[in-house]
Order: sequence, then structure tokens, then C-alpha cells
Amino acid sequence: MSVVIKIINLYFRFSGSPTDRSVCPTFSVGTNLSSRIRSVTEEPTPLNPPIPHRVQPRVREKEMPGEALLQVTDLTTTFFTNDGQVRAVDKVSFSVSKGESVALVGESGCGKSVTAMSIMRLLAPGGKITGGEVRFRGVDLVALSEKEMQKRRGNDIAMVFQEPMTSLNPVFKVGSQVAEAIRIHRKVGRKEAWKQAGDMLELVAIPDPIKRLDDYPHQLSGGMRQRVMIAMALSCDPDLLIADEPTTALDVTIQAQIMELLANLQNKLGLGLLLITHDLGVVAEFCERVIVMYTGRIVEEAGVNELFANPSHPYTRGLLRSLPNPEKEKLEEVADRLPTIKGMVPSIKNLPKGCKFNPRCPDVMEICLGNEPARMVVSDDHDARCYLWGDVADPERVEK
Amino acid sequence: MTVSETTGSEQQTPRVPAGVGETLVTVRDLKKYFPVQRGLLSRVVGHVKAVDGVSFAISRGETLGLVGESGSGKTTIGRCILRLIEPTSGSVDFDGTEIVGLDSKSMRRMRQHMQIVFQDPYGSLNPRMTVGTIIAEPLVIHGGLTSADRADRVAQLLLKVGLDPSYSARFPHEFSGGQRQRIGVARALATNPKFLVLDEPVSALDVSVQAQVVNLLQDLQDELGLTYLFIAHGLAVVEHISARVAVMYLGKIMELSDRRSLYENPLHPYTKALLSAVPIPDPAAKNKKRRILLTGDIPTPLNPPAGCVFHTRCPIAQFPICGEVVPPLVEHQPGQFAACHFAGEPIPDGTGASTLDVKSVPLPQPTPAS
Repeated sequence: MSVVIKIINLYFRFSGSPTDRSVCPTFSVGTNLSSRIRSVTEEPTPLNPPIPHRVQPRVREKEMPGEALLQVTDLTTTFFTNDGQVRAVDKVSFSVSKGESVALVGESGCGKSVTAMSIMRLLAPGGKITGGEVRFRGVDLVALSEKEMQKRRGNDIAMVFQEPMTSLNPVFKVGSQVAEAIRIHRKVGRKEAWKQAGDMLELVAIPDPIKRLDDYPHQLSGGMRQRVMIAMALSCDPDLLIADEPTTALDVTIQAQIMELLANLQNKLGLGLLLITHDLGVVAEFCERVIVMYTGRIVEEAGVNELFANPSHPYTRGLLRSLPNPEKEKLEEVADRLPTIKGMVPSIKNLPKGCKFNPRCPDVMEICLGNEPARMVVSDDHDARCYLWGDVADPERVEK
Repeated sequence: MTVSETTGSEQQTPRVPAGVGETLVTVRDLKKYFPVQRGLLSRVVGHVKAVDGVSFAISRGETLGLVGESGSGKTTIGRCILRLIEPTSGSVDFDGTEIVGLDSKSMRRMRQHMQIVFQDPYGSLNPRMTVGTIIAEPLVIHGGLTSADRADRVAQLLLKVGLDPSYSARFPHEFSGGQRQRIGVARALATNPKFLVLDEPVSALDVSVQAQVVNLLQDLQDELGLTYLFIAHGLAVVEHISARVAVMYLGKIMELSDRRSLYENPLHPYTKALLSAVPIPDPAAKNKKRRILLTGDIPTPLNPPAGCVFHTRCPIAQFPICGEVVPPLVEHQPGQFAACHFAGEPIPDGTGASTLDVKSVPLPQPTPAS
């Protein structure tokens, strides 16, 4: 804990605003926001859709680690580069329960993969977890030694990577790669491991699994390779599966097969699933809860139905609107222009002051340029890092 | 007109599916077989039939979408039309000129009118050239401008694609993916072409940037009267930008139709499966939708199945006809072509789910951890 406080203090010193406490939502909420509350007599500028004006802003409290399988609290990951330090993940907090599927969505560079790698402690050289906790069944993984962590990987948390072409070793048979994973974590003989590898391939619905054990990765199609990756990940019976863009490199019909398989397996084995993706369609169809990330921060979190029905952060709204939707366009004669989010994702080395989305936000207000908003409560099980949901909303919108 | 010629003799030669208005590009029975060589003497042991007898026409100012899974031959078609790859046989008629068999000098002149935007905005720009040099390169090749004129043209093009003219002195690595794709578009537009092959122009981009580039392409089309062949695997984007869409599978067109009929009333079982496989970003639609899961993978084009190439994965295939007779691409509804013996037949429930039924499989017995 002292480390966390030290880092927070450091952050304040360097951000140059010691009063800026909204960046750490877990600290005495009442005092840090009430100072900015003004009595607003007039209605705020109508937004689309109108957002209820709240007298008492509510900031999401830190959840106590309880039932959750995985509890990530204020996770901060910094990369130390020649150009200086880059905070790729900044105070990310979320949880995954047993049997729950949670999606982590965002565009490239938003820190979703780094979050996953931090949980697994598989960060590239130069990357370091500089704050926060990753509790798995109550044990802080950040504090574990490398040897202890190695035991956790595979046994407790397993991961499926994006590129099935490059994550398998081309010079070993598929069977020996799956058997290797089994033998690292289980005390079994070669023969037994090989047999179990065959069972695993059968589990992921690979036709003719015993024959396929003798194949090399290049003899398998992309979809089959991804099935092998899933078999490897599940071979030691983990409780949590992290899938980092598992279908991005695959065709849609194969993507449908793989996602269906993952959903079936998750259901059957009671796995917690953390699905990292940029495809909102996949999220809508396969996940229960959605976490939206932008510039290393969580900007919105909600149940899947709630998020798609009532997106509350302007970034999420922009993302959803910018998707072409054949179902919607059926009704229209000619294809219209797609709504876009103006500008582009800022460089993580050079983020704007205040809310990180303010240069692109259609609803930007004066206050957004000052301090970064905390995660505000929109409704039960839905929060957004946006001043639209706090009482501090400035009725005077900034003219841009 | 080429189309009316073929319609007259419909019995003999199948009609080339064309859009409304004047035709700019007509592709007839295009084939591209890549030889497979093996052994010390590089003997040809077989052919990869990347494109196998494809016919279609694109009208002036129209966007034809070309969708299909990887390995379906969509990129090869795009490159064959520009003759960046030499077609094995068939004809490509561009604005009244037969392109296949044209000598290299005349072909080079033709390419002023037909350009391509590549998929990978990172790989298709030379990292050692400035943006200005990259965009001016087609102008140098096709000649006729002084360097001052070229610089003016580059500035004009950069503005047109929504970039600052001062960027011409910068290098590609200084730009984001979306900006690089804009540079690729500016380069393609440099010679004032009539026709652009867009080979997965937005596949590598993030959604918010993707929408920007799609809008840019549509604006440019309106402004300059461009004709597009839009190649993509993302059906939602193709549906958004195209007037007509061709669905490809293993080198053949399975269905070609105007976008509304294709999405509302697909005739070919492959189109149906493809459409149902696209996840819709709306959880409320999840329960309404029926997913048709195709079993297995796309077969190798080295040895495509006999008869209908789709019969190995088809949920409604009937034997022996589907395994023996190649279905021709025929017009079932006005403007809607499909290559299927049983086009429009409903797909029975529960097809394709068999390979995914994991319940029947026993789990490996958990052994105590070491």
C-alpha cells in the first residue's frame, strides 16, 4: 500500500496539481468533488440523448476484493524507454468473477493488451508494473516471485494470443507442444501427457485429434491453430482464461466457430473469461460485461445490454455510432456518411490535460480541460469517466 | 455496348452481371492459375486456381464490393484487372480497350486511368521517401509536368485527402495508420484516374479511423466521379459503401447482387452463412438472429472440390448433383445472380453445429498439480 501512496504522491508532484484528486477515485470522494460543486440553477445544455442532471455526483467506490476471481485495483504499468517514461496503463481497476465473461475493448494503443500482459506478468523488457494490485483469489500476483508466478500461469490463469501463426513453434509437432504445457504443470509421464494432449484436441473439437497430434503447425489452418492454442491454454484446467484478440486474424466464418467454441467451453468448465478485442460485434454477442479503455484508462464499464442501449461516455457513443450497421441501413435507400469521432487518438507520450478525450469530445465542457474526471456512477453496474455524469457539469460548454 | 451484346445471346454465353448505366470495366471469364512447382527440375505438379472463370461488369461511378474469406481470390482479381498479375485467360475490357494482351508500353499508359490503394498502410509506402516524393512518383512516371507543377499537384492532393500540404516533406513513419492510408489514396489519385481498385483499404484501421477513411472515399467518389472496386472481408463496410456486392468463394463468384437484395434476401447458402457469421454490435439482436455455422475450413485451391466448390461445407447440398455439376452464375431475380443449384432454398435448423458440440467429449481427468 505504501508503494501505491508513494506513486500517487509522485504523480501529483509531476502533474503539478496537488489538488487534483479526481484522478484517484478511491480517496475520500465527498471532499474532493464537493469543492467543485456549484449551485446550478439553469438546465445544462441538452445533450443527445439527454443526460439526467444529478445533484449528488457519485463516484465509483473501490470494490472490496470478495467474490471476484480476479480483482485488479489501480493497476499502473509504465514503460521505460529512451524517450522517457510512458504510462501505458493508468490506474485500471476491474474484476472478473467465476464463470463470467468480461470484454476489454478499445482501439489499438489504448492499453488493453498491456493490461492483460501485466496480469500475466509477461511484460516486454522495459515495461514494469509501477503500482496497484492484481489479486487472483485474494493473492496479489504483483508481489509474487517469478518462480511462484510461473506456477500460477497455466494452472490458474491461461492466455490465448492473437496470432495463432506465430505463437506456435513451427519446428515441433502440435502434440508435443500441448504435451509440453501439460508436463510443465502436471507430474505426468510422456505417454500420459501425449494422451491428455489428444483429449484436449478433442475437447476443442478438432476432427481426428489423435492424428493431428503428429502434425506440424504449418499443416493446420488458422482456425485449427487457434483451437490448438485454446487446447494448450486449457490443458492445465485454469480458472481464468485471458483471450487477447483470439479471432482477429481469422475469417468471419472461422471467427464464428472459434467464438462459439470459447463460449461453449467457458460455459462447460465455468471459466472466467477476459476477452480483449476491438470488435464490438464480438463483444455484443459473447460477453456479459464490457470495459471500454482509452489512452490507458477505463472510460466506461457496464453490463453488455446496458452499454449498447445506453452508452454514456462520449467516446463509447462515438465508437458505436461509427460502425456501419447493415441491420440499420436496410431501411435506408442510399448509404449515408458514417458518423466519425473527429481527430485521432493522442500519443500516449503527450496526453492532453484534464479528460484525455476532451480534444475529440463533442460534448466538451470547461471543466473537462482542467482536471481528469473520476469514474462516475451512471446507474447500478454502470459507470463512466465523464463529467456529464457528475454534478460538476459546467453548463457553459466550451466553444470549439 | 458489351452488355447488350451478351444479353442477346443469353442462351449461349451467360450474361455478365452489370450495374445500371454505362459500363467502364467488363471482366469476362477471368482465370488465374498459379503453377505449383516441385522438385529439382521445378516440374509443374499442379495449379492453384486462385481465380476460376469470373465475369462481372462495373458501371461508371459505381462501387462494386468484392467480399470473401482469405484465399477466395478477391485480391488476385483486383491485381489481374490492373495486370499487376498476368491473367491466365479471360478478358478485361476497360473503357472500350481490351487490356489483356496489351503491350507493356500501352499498358503503362492505361494505368494512368486505373490505380490501386493497398491494404497495408505500413508496408505500401517506402519508408525512405518523403510523402511528397511518394505522391509525385506516379506523376514522374507518367510525365508531362515540371517539378514546380508537381509540387503544386502534391499540395492539392494532400488537401483533397484531408492532410496539411506541409506534410509533404515528412516521412511515412511520422504518420498514423489512418493518415498513411490517406497518403496511399492521394498517390492513387495523382494521375487523375477513372477507376480505383481499393484492396482492403480500411481493414488494418481502428473503427473510428475506418469511418473517416470510408467517408473520404465516398466524398472523393462524389467529387471526382470515380469508379471503385472495393475489396474487403468486412461485410459491414462493404455493404455500407457498395452499390452491388460480389461474394467470392474459392476463386468463383457465388452471388452477385445489389446490396439491398444481398443483405435482405441472400440466395446462396454461402452468402447466408457469411452474413450470419458477422457479429452484430447489438446485444438485443443476439436472440433474434440464427447463426448458420459452417463446418470445417475453406478447402485448398490447389485441389478444389469437384462440382460446386462449396458443396463440402454446404448445409443444403444434395448429391450427386452438387458434387458433379458446376452451377453457373445465373440471374434469379432482376439484378441478383447466384451460382447454386438450390438458390433460395431455406436452410434447415441445427445445421453445422455438430463439430462444436463439446458436451459429448469427456474432459481430461485432472491430475494433482506438482
